[in-house]
Amino acid sequence: MNVIETTNLHKTYEGAVPVKAVNGVSLQIEAGEFTAIVGPSGSGKTTLLNIIGGLDRPTEGEVIVGGQDISKLSNNQLIDFRLHNIGFVFQAYNLIPVLTARENVEFVMLLQKRSRAEREARSQALLEAVGLGDRMDNRPTKMSGGQQQRVAVARALAPKPKFVLADEPTANLDSHSTANLLDIMANLNRQEGITFVFSTHDQRVIDRARRVITLEDGVVVSDIRREENPVPEA
Amino acid sequence: MLILKMAWRNLWRNRRRTLITTTAVFFAVLLSTLMSSIQLGMYEKMIDNVVGFYSGYVQVHQAGYWDDQVLDNSFEATPDLREQVLATRFVTEAVPRLESFALAASDEKSLAAQVIGCDPEIENRLTQLQEKLVAGTYLGPGDQGLLVAQGLAENLKVGLHDTLVLLSQGYHGATAVGKYPIQGLLKFGSPELNNNLIYLTLPEAQYLYGAPARLTSLALVLDQGTQAPRVVKALQTELDTAAFEVMDWRGMMPELVQMMEADVGASYVYLLILYLVIGFGIFGTVLMMTQERRFEFGVMIAVGMKRLKLAAMVVLELLFINGIGVLAGIGATIPVAAWLKANPIDLSGGEMADMYADYGFEALMPASLDPTVFINQASIVFVITLLISLYPFFKITRMDAVESMRG
Repeated sequence: MNVIETTNLHKTYEGAVPVKAVNGVSLQIEAGEFTAIVGPSGSGKTTLLNIIGGLDRPTEGEVIVGGQDISKLSNNQLIDFRLHNIGFVFQAYNLIPVLTARENVEFVMLLQKRSRAEREARSQALLEAVGLGDRMDNRPTKMSGGQQQRVAVARALAPKPKFVLADEPTANLDSHSTANLLDIMANLNRQEGITFVFSTHDQRVIDRARRVITLEDGVVVSDIRREENPVPEA
Repeated sequence: MLILKMAWRNLWRNRRRTLITTTAVFFAVLLSTLMSSIQLGMYEKMIDNVVGFYSGYVQVHQAGYWDDQVLDNSFEATPDLREQVLATRFVTEAVPRLESFALAASDEKSLAAQVIGCDPEIENRLTQLQEKLVAGTYLGPGDQGLLVAQGLAENLKVGLHDTLVLLSQGYHGATAVGKYPIQGLLKFGSPELNNNLIYLTLPEAQYLYGAPARLTSLALVLDQGTQAPRVVKALQTELDTAAFEVMDWRGMMPELVQMMEADVGASYVYLLILYLVIGFGIFGTVLMMTQERRFEFGVMIAVGMKRLKLAAMVVLELLFINGIGVLAGIGATIPVAAWLKANPIDLSGGEMADMYADYGFEALMPASLDPTVFINQASIVFVITLLISLYPFFKITRMDAVESMRG
């Protein structure tokens, strides 16, 4: 079953010289995939990820997420859609600095108006799953970059999204933290069936992906599927 | 609840910035409140000088008397009228007077004087006249002497126990002449009063002016001066308005009201400059804060927080800063204003004192503790902060998450 489906997606940034960031991308991503969108800087991978995540709108084409064409939603409907359907992991420093790890994870559930008991139970379970059961009451400033990204993964999973979009999640991490983060996401993908889509040019992430979509100048130039992780867990 | 918690914690992310902004609000409230408090205190003093110490907050006259202040426009004082007036809410005393002018003559000089026939005991309740006695004895019910203001006595070159002759026109054109011993000297803060007034007992004045049982005014003592308009309204419905006119001090002394209004207008300019300086100070901080937190706001919108809620959180942060600053400002102003009320700034000896004297006021600058001063100034600073918070509000409600996260 397709979780994400794009058809002839275009995105042009207007200016003195119009820039075609995404140029006719059509792809389908199924539930349970662990996919990396790769390519050099300026290839359009972040733009594609933003459009799939409802953060940006295509100039042309359709984006169907969970059976709904999100390009037709209003700004407020898009916010609601993201809240209930998509988990986000950005580059480093994306946690709310004044909230503890647990509060950061609860934050999205609070926006979803989940009960206090559910919020507390789920945030604890998720933080334990990412190995931060003992750091729940720490604020981001008291955590390493790797730990912050693990909290971000827990926060992304908190609203029970249809899939998680991760934009360069390892860009600011050392190799140990990267391996640790990838292990956690790969486990969640395998054991819980959570769909992950990354934009990255980090070879360590590409090595762990089961599908690698390569973009160049906004066009898909290759789409390779692997049955098993080619690189074992760290 | 989380919004509230986040707003509060956000305040302390950058303690120095929060403290600077709070301090700006604090000084805005402190300076504007203190300035207004002193200004109102001065007005209260002026009103006390002129209204509380002489005219009373409200007066009852024969209809038409105020426009043509002659004895022929006096009225007959009846016990019923006095009782009716005293039965009115907020009125604690009705001071009967027969007022006119006379030429006061000593051995050496003659000067125009204002002659007031009064009931010494009742008069004392309004004007504390007895406290102004600096020599001699206060008037008693049957006394046939007079009290003369010190300035006038000096100008006439007379002293205690000397004799003054009063010459004037009485009721219905009768000749009014009388010879009176000076039984006391009075000293008034207001130079205008100090250079003009002569007091007689009411029966003596009525006899002098050939106006038995007649009064020119009933000056009313109120337990709350601010209730004067209500008292006027009540008396205008209770008394026969064809026979009597009821006026409050504002109506009787429009020049005093105009002077205060002109002064208020000038102070608005100073306050406006103060508000502008402080306002831009706060705005600078808000501008910086909004810019610094763009990425964070972008992330919050991306993960599903509605822009309106996010904007509300930032406005709440500013309201916290404002609330702390305003409360601290008022908290600091109250003791200073209380001290200045008890120990007014004494301006005597300078040019300012001469200017005050020209207007007939004591050269003192007390502060007022009227709650409206604090409420008004705090409200203005509050509104300024609210207006400033429109900037982050609109910035956030129009924020593009991708743009913001791009930095």
